[in-house]
Amino acid sequence: MPQYAALIYEPGDPDWSAVDTPEKQQMLADYGAFGATAAAVLRGGAALYPTTTATTVRVNGGKGGDVVTSDGPFAETKEVLTGFYLMECADLDEAVRWAAQIPAAWYSGIEVRPVIDFGGSES
Amino acid sequence: MARSPDHTDERAALVRLVRDEGARVLATLVRTTGSWQLAEDAVQDAVMRALDRWPRDGIPPEPRAWLTVTARRRAIDLIRREAMRDSKELAALELRVADAEPPDHGVVRDDLLRLLFVCCHPALSVEAQTALALRTLGGLSTEEVASSLLVSPATMAKRLTRAKRKIQVARIPYEAPSPEDLPERLQGVLTVIYLMFTEGYHASGGDGPLRRGLTSEAIRLATLLRELLPGQVSVLGLAALLALHDARTPARLDHDGEPVRLAEQDRSRWDRDAIERGLALLGLALRGSVARPDPFVVQAAIAACHDLAPTWEATNWPAIVSWYDVLLTVGDTPVVRLGRAVAIGELHGPDAGLTALETVEGLEGHLPFVAGRAELLARSGRVAEARDAYRAALELPTNAATRRTLAARLDELG
Repeated sequence: MPQYAALIYEPGDPDWSAVDTPEKQQMLADYGAFGATAAAVLRGGAALYPTTTATTVRVNGGKGGDVVTSDGPFAETKEVLTGFYLMECADLDEAVRWAAQIPAAWYSGIEVRPVIDFGGSES
Repeated sequence: MARSPDHTDERAALVRLVRDEGARVLATLVRTTGSWQLAEDAVQDAVMRALDRWPRDGIPPEPRAWLTVTARRRAIDLIRREAMRDSKELAALELRVADAEPPDHGVVRDDLLRLLFVCCHPALSVEAQTALALRTLGGLSTEEVASSLLVSPATMAKRLTRAKRKIQVARIPYEAPSPEDLPERLQGVLTVIYLMFTEGYHASGGDGPLRRGLTSEAIRLATLLRELLPGQVSVLGLAALLALHDARTPARLDHDGEPVRLAEQDRSRWDRDAIERGLALLGLALRGSVARPDPFVVQAAIAACHDLAPTWEATNWPAIVSWYDVLLTVGDTPVVRLGRAVAIGELHGPDAGLTALETVEGLEGHLPFVAGRAELLARSGRVAEARDAYRAALELPTNAATRRTLAARLDELG
């Protein structure tokens, strides 16, 4: 079965490590509910610290070159990647149905991307 | 050697037949091979052979069976050449493709529906949907699709390849939507067909026959959809709308190929048969849409009011205004409000029209809005404002005929 990454994008770079408002509490409960409902298709996932904690790594001059790190995310955008799920679904329609139940889909958006299968496992 | 018109007609009919049947064969082959590219290559080959042989040897008694067998043979050749698959998988695939009999009518119908809904899947861009529909369901070549949609063949090839790759890797299912998803997905399909029609309808004279061929492709797809989903109200509504607009085609362009406004068209040149067909479809659609008005049906009803009027002045404006009121309840857009304001202007006079126009937002750079407002101002005697409005309209990009008309109006105001 194909796998899909459901990439969660949110405005304003929220910090999900601190659940300090009733809204966040509610949101976390909603994510918990999604996790329970979608348990059968979920194969992994993570919530990420804000982009203020991000480090971008580049190797200047290509392979073997100088490692250059810089503070911040790869691209500055209004909406940032705050987490993702890995889902196993029969097809895109099913993946979209699940993605629509991820709380961030209700006020922001979820990017659904097919995961490349490099073989080795049963497809 | 010069060909007689008969030959050209015969050739066109043959091409049409091969393309129609080719789309059906393709729809089944995509399902049985599971590979869009393989199916397309195989059908392309069969279509080329048919176009080469049939004019010489005559059309076979069962064209679809001929194309099916030829395409399957080609598909099996292509599968054998593919080094990627192991022998067991290959044998299974060959068996599935070879399938004893050509598929029966019901299977072909279901496969075509699948193909149609995949082409118009909302995960694809509208541009990609239109291109795919023309390429696979209309059977147009990539070059023909490119020139009808005004992009270069290279861009179109890239667009089609990208769309097919997305269908494959993201696994857009080769399925017609479930009954609960059908209404929404169907709206997507109808929108693509409608956009295809308007692209061709508004193409001006210099754009060549392929551009205007889009209208007949759209009408053909609407007809196909009617066969596939008989009795569907929105489908009937779209088919009616297209027929009722298409009926005006003979009067829509002047001798120089420039568009003529509805108010000034020679109505004796309208296609009466197309109007009759449109009215019959509209009747069926109206009988079916009691619970909730359907936007396509309502637009068809407005088109019917125009088509039935002997002159612009003698149009049944009260009916048109009430249809616009209905249309507003299902889709309140600035363009709908503009249409309603123009109708109000005809029914209750220019001042009422101008008042209605005040509720239209965001169309300041839209010629029908600016020119419509100018006309209402002129009729209402607000000469200075009308002059400004006509001048503003002349600033907007448009064709030569419209420009001449606007300039003449401005002149009349002195």
